[in-house]
This record gives sequence, C-alpha cells and structure tokens, in this order.
Amino acid sequence: MVKTLAMPPQYIPDSSPQGSPGGASQAVTLEVRHLKAGYGTTPVLRDVNIKFYDTKVTAIIGPSGCGKSTMIRCLNRMHEITPGASVEGEVLLEGKSILALDPVELRRHVGMVFQRPNPFPSMSIFDNVASGLVLNGARNRPLIAERVEDSLRKAALWDEVKDKLRQPGMSLSGGQQQRLCIARALAVEPRVLLMDEPCSALDPIATARIEELMLGLKNNLTIIIVTHNMQQAARVSDYTAFMLTGELVEFTQTQQIFTKPSDKRTEDYITGRFG
Amino acid sequence: MPAVQRTAAEERIDSRSKRVTGLRERAGDRAFRWFVAGFGWMIIALAVMVGLQLAVGSQLTWTKLGAPFLWKSDWDPVAEKFGALPFIYGTLVSSALALLIAIPLGVGSAIFLAELAPRRVSDACTFLIELLAAVPSVILGLMGIFLLVPAVRSVEPTLTKFLGFLPLFRGVPYGVGLLTAGLILSIMILPFITVITREVLLAVPRSLKEAMLALGATHWETVVGVSLPYARSGIAGAVFLSLGRALGETMAVTMVIGNTPKISWSLLDPSYSMAAVIANELTEAVGDLHLSSLIAIGLTLFAITVVINGLARLMIYRVTRRGAAA
Repeated sequence: MVKTLAMPPQYIPDSSPQGSPGGASQAVTLEVRHLKAGYGTTPVLRDVNIKFYDTKVTAIIGPSGCGKSTMIRCLNRMHEITPGASVEGEVLLEGKSILALDPVELRRHVGMVFQRPNPFPSMSIFDNVASGLVLNGARNRPLIAERVEDSLRKAALWDEVKDKLRQPGMSLSGGQQQRLCIARALAVEPRVLLMDEPCSALDPIATARIEELMLGLKNNLTIIIVTHNMQQAARVSDYTAFMLTGELVEFTQTQQIFTKPSDKRTEDYITGRFG
Repeated sequence: MPAVQRTAAEERIDSRSKRVTGLRERAGDRAFRWFVAGFGWMIIALAVMVGLQLAVGSQLTWTKLGAPFLWKSDWDPVAEKFGALPFIYGTLVSSALALLIAIPLGVGSAIFLAELAPRRVSDACTFLIELLAAVPSVILGLMGIFLLVPAVRSVEPTLTKFLGFLPLFRGVPYGVGLLTAGLILSIMILPFITVITREVLLAVPRSLKEAMLALGATHWETVVGVSLPYARSGIAGAVFLSLGRALGETMAVTMVIGNTPKISWSLLDPSYSMAAVIANELTEAVGDLHLSSLIAIGLTLFAITVVINGLARLMIYRVTRRGAAA
C-alpha cells in the first residue's frame, strides 16, 4: 500500500527503548503501544511496546503462558471475543488506531492462521479459499476463481489440489490443510499475517514446507509468527521478540538475539536453562 | 526371592479365599450379564411384538380390503366402508404445518440461546423451555380449546379475506381444524427443536468460528457460514424426532382438529388424524372390520413413526461420529 511506503522516517523513532530493534529504518506496519490485556482479573500482558516491520517476519518466542498468543490475538482484535477479556493501550495499523476500526474491517487487513488447521468442514477446497472473498462481497465467478488459484499458488498448494478443488477441505493431510488455511487467509490480500504456532500440529516435513512458504510470502506482507520452537524462529524470522510473564524482555534482529542476547533472561531461555 | 516365612495354614487360607472371591466374581459377572442382556432383548422383543400384534389384529382389514384401504377416502363404520386416507392426510398435514411453524421459531431461538445470550441467561431459558416439554398434552389440549380455538376463529375471517385466493384459506371459520392442530403441535415440538439445536450449536468447535471471524466475517455471517452448516445433521435429527412426536400425538390434536374424516384443501376445515380416530372410536367399535381397520390405522402410524425415528437415529449417528473424528 502506498501509504506505508510514503510513511515519513520520523514516524519510526523510538518511543520506548524496549520495543525497537537497533538500526532499523523500515516502514512500520503495526505498532503496539502500552498494550495491557487480560482475562477477567488476571492480567496477561503488562505494558507491551513493539513494532512490526513491513516485508519482515517477526517471531515471538517465550515459555507457555507468557502472553504470546494473547498479544497477537490483540492485533486483529480476536482477543476481545473471549468472554471476560480486557484490553488497554493502543495498536496502530499503518498509523491508524485499530480500536477506531470496525473489527470486521480490521480482520480483512490482518489475517490469521491458527495452531491447528481449521478448514471449514462443510466447504470444498475451493470454497474454503473463496470464503473470505465471498464475505467481502465478491460475486464475480471468474475473478474469484483467479484469486483462489493465485492464493493456492502462493500457499504452494495449487499443484497438489488443482484436480480436486471440489473435494472437501477436510480430505487433505494435516500439512495441506494448514497450507489451505494460509491460502484462505491470503485470498483477501491482508497487510499482515498472524500465525499462532502454525506448525505445532504438523510433522517436520510439513513444517519445513510452511517455513519455506513464509520466506516467499514476506515480500509483500508483514508476518508475525508465534512459536515454541526456537530453531524455527531462528530459521524464518528477521526479528525476534522474547516475552516472559506478559512483558517484552527483548526485541531485536534475530541473528543478534540468538548470538549475543543483551538480557540475561533471554540468554537463559535460548540456551535452554529454563522454559 | 526374599523368603517370607508362611505357615501351611496361612497358604491354604490365602489360596482358598482367592479362589472363592474369584469364583464369586465370575458367577456374579455372568449372572449380571444374562440379567441385563435379558432386559435389553426384552425391549427389542416389545417393539417387535407391538408390530406383530398390530399386524395380527388388522389381518381382517388387509384380507378383505387389501392395500386400497390406505388410499380410499371414505370412512363409514355403519355402512362398513373403511378407507384410511383422510386420517393419513390429517396426520401428515397437521405435522407438516407444525414443523413449518416450529422449525424457524426453534432454530431461531436456539441461535439466540447458543450464540448471543449470555451463558447464564441461556441456561435459565433452556430450563424453562425444557419445562414446556413436560406439560401434559391434555393440558395443552385444554388451552387449545379455551384459548387457541376462539383465537383462531376470530382470525380466520381475516385470513380468508386476504389469503382467500389460495385454496388453503377458504371455508367456514369453525376455529377447530388443521390450522389449530398444527399450531398446538408446533408448541409441543418447539422445545425439542430448540433444546437439541442449541446443544449442537454449542458443540460447534470454537476454532472454526474463530477462523471465520478472523477472515472478517460478522457474527451473523459466522452463524450462517459455519455454525449452521456444521450443525446441519444434528438439526435435521432434532426435526425428525419432533416429527415422530407430532405424528403420534393424540390427545391435544383430538381436542382441536375437529374429528371429521374429510380431505379438504383448506387448513381452516376440520379434519382427523390417525391417532385421534383410534382414540375416539376404538371403545365403540362393534363390527369386526371396524375394529380391525382401526388397528390397521395403528399399524400404518407405527410404520410411519418407526421409519421417521430410524432416519432421525441415522442423522444423529452421523453427526456424533463426525464429532468424534474431528
């Protein structure tokens, strides 16, 4: 989008030292400011500040329960659909507060891929990918077909399914289902793709394919991936954020965080001393 | 093995008690198995015997009148003319009418209870709706006579005035008739449809609804695009169960349907149902053929309900198996 590219460099400066990797000067797609979130009276996130850059993959790592998933669920406002959920703070999508946007509108720009593959069981492969387009009001059949093919190609699934587009999405293998879900999210051409442990239910080969896919996709997307797997974070991401008990401990270039982390807790975590 | 000193007597007691408990358990198990297996078979035998008894009791009708009994439409016990069609028609039309009213109402309220209402409100409402299912049908029949029939009678002229171009809404406003029977039946089956549909909607996996929402669907689009298709088989099962109940319902229908063995296009005209004619005429049937024909109607009704319930089971089996696999 033009808006992102035209963003003045002054827009990027540090508002907080913790949430900005050194030396970066790319366009910011999503900026999180003083984000606090929780369920009922239990706080999960305590004042998180972070920025996500265009055409980069950002990995969020940390032990279970540190608030990784809650954080990315705040980015497309899926957190607030949980009964009793609370959110405070600001999230800016290309400079605009997402709280001012209609959540329905927001989610068309910020797509999501879940932990377990969840294709719609009542729909065919084609209809699964087309579902987001149809929700957006697309009615032109040839155009939809074109976008479906395009999305399936981007998700590296087209060759495997092109002859059985009418079969149910559930007939595919787990890894294929997850790529189908990625294609479904890509079909509406989001600006940001959130991936919540997308490979945790998959075998190593399927995982490798998805990682490979992410490297190709980031050319025109902002990808944010939550992962438990530190090797995965090291392999696919440009930036890595380490979270612990609802706080962002360290956020910097991936290479740096895995070679010389500046925080002792990060070092302990990545060297396997806890977590 | 560390040697533990045991006296011979101890050994003997030990082994005997082991043997005794072992034996007793096995004997108990076996007895229990026969016992419950007997109960199980008894239920199956009961169902088969009901069918058999009905077949035996109606033999005279089948030999004398044959299959045309099912599609002849005159019923005159004095002239010994028997045809079951008016009753089959009355039963099927009143039940269909009941479904037509109860399905949108029931599914709609189930969507509200499962998707929109706060859990506490939803549970409280569900409890009340289940209570509605426990109201004895004779009470609903009474309400039908005292409240519904006059109400329908006062509305019928308006229906005729505005919808009289349809053959469905012509005729004399008696108040009793197919329309009233359909209304009473819809009230009786509404709780089943609502409660079961709510259950299946609540069983829709959260991950699917979230997937839909994350694509930018509204709440309503999520219900229509994901929840209802997923719950489809379960809802169909609920509808079939309700239909089975509506077909067999006797008391409330007898009280409001008008008890006239006549086939008419109009929903305002009095009609008759299979269950109602059996209840009304069985005690007064003097002729053998009359009695036998009533039992033949019973057999027909039994066959229809068995088929409907079989379909319902199949649907529910399909939905639970898919649920287990997911």
